Amino acid sequence: MPNTFSLARSQEGGVSVLTLSGYLDAYTAPQFEKAIQEEYDSGRIRIVVDCAGLTYISSAGLGVFMSFIEDVREAGGDIKICSVVPTVYEVFEILGFPELFEIVPARADAMQKFGRASGQEA
Amino acid sequence: MESVERTFQLHVPSSTENLSMIRDFVGGIGQRAGFSDSDVAKLELAVDEACANVIEHAYGSDSTHEVTVKARLDAESVQIDIVDTGCGFDPKQVEQVNLEQLISKRKTGGLGMRLIQSLMDEVHYQIVPGQKNELRMVKRLKKKNSS
Repeated sequence: MPNTFSLARSQEGGVSVLTLSGYLDAYTAPQFEKAIQEEYDSGRIRIVVDCAGLTYISSAGLGVFMSFIEDVREAGGDIKICSVVPTVYEVFEILGFPELFEIVPARADAMQKFGRASGQEA
Repeated sequence: MESVERTFQLHVPSSTENLSMIRDFVGGIGQRAGFSDSDVAKLELAVDEACANVIEHAYGSDSTHEVTVKARLDAESVQIDIVDTGCGFDPKQVEQVNLEQLISKRKTGGLGMRLIQSLMDEVHYQIVPGQKNELRMVKRLKKKNSS
């Protein structure tokens, strides 16, 4: 069945990277929500969500980004989104995500932006 | 010119686990209708959103109910009806606030409806709470040679 979704987590230089793959819908969104919640609860508020392998997103997945972004930013962090494939980006665009979230082409861009934000420019 | 109307139906238990099956069903309909890959994806997403709303809101995530997806296709369009017997809702009550306001209120409601409105050409509701709620959506086939 094509409803597979997977999420990998890693730490890169003080930034939490969540790598999403497959289908993010109302069935699989709770996995994503749990992962972000755990990052936030652990004080890891510099978060990159790598969407290179994400082939599908519905509003349930978009809602996870929305429900955490304010708290994460108020705590001094951010959720940056990278490597979004065109079909998924189109859904982000319909709802106006590009105006409110930092969406960058590649993971390295997101990492660099976190570096700049904390004055760790190379 | 052949212009035969064809109808298909899918009945599934009201669990989000079945959203992928619903998408497959609707995707197949879109392909048969001759939609582009992009429009097939839009049809799948709109129906996913509508069915997720039924499962989570009309039925309160109780998987003992049934969601019915009816598809009718002809030479010009695909019409999808999503039928449930849950608590229904008043479409006028779905807040039309912008994304920024939703975020500041830590709310995410109404996103699915907004997507459906953007992805489909027509959206109609017939709500009789507890008896029968029907969401009708139409997507028209784009003429390949039209500009």
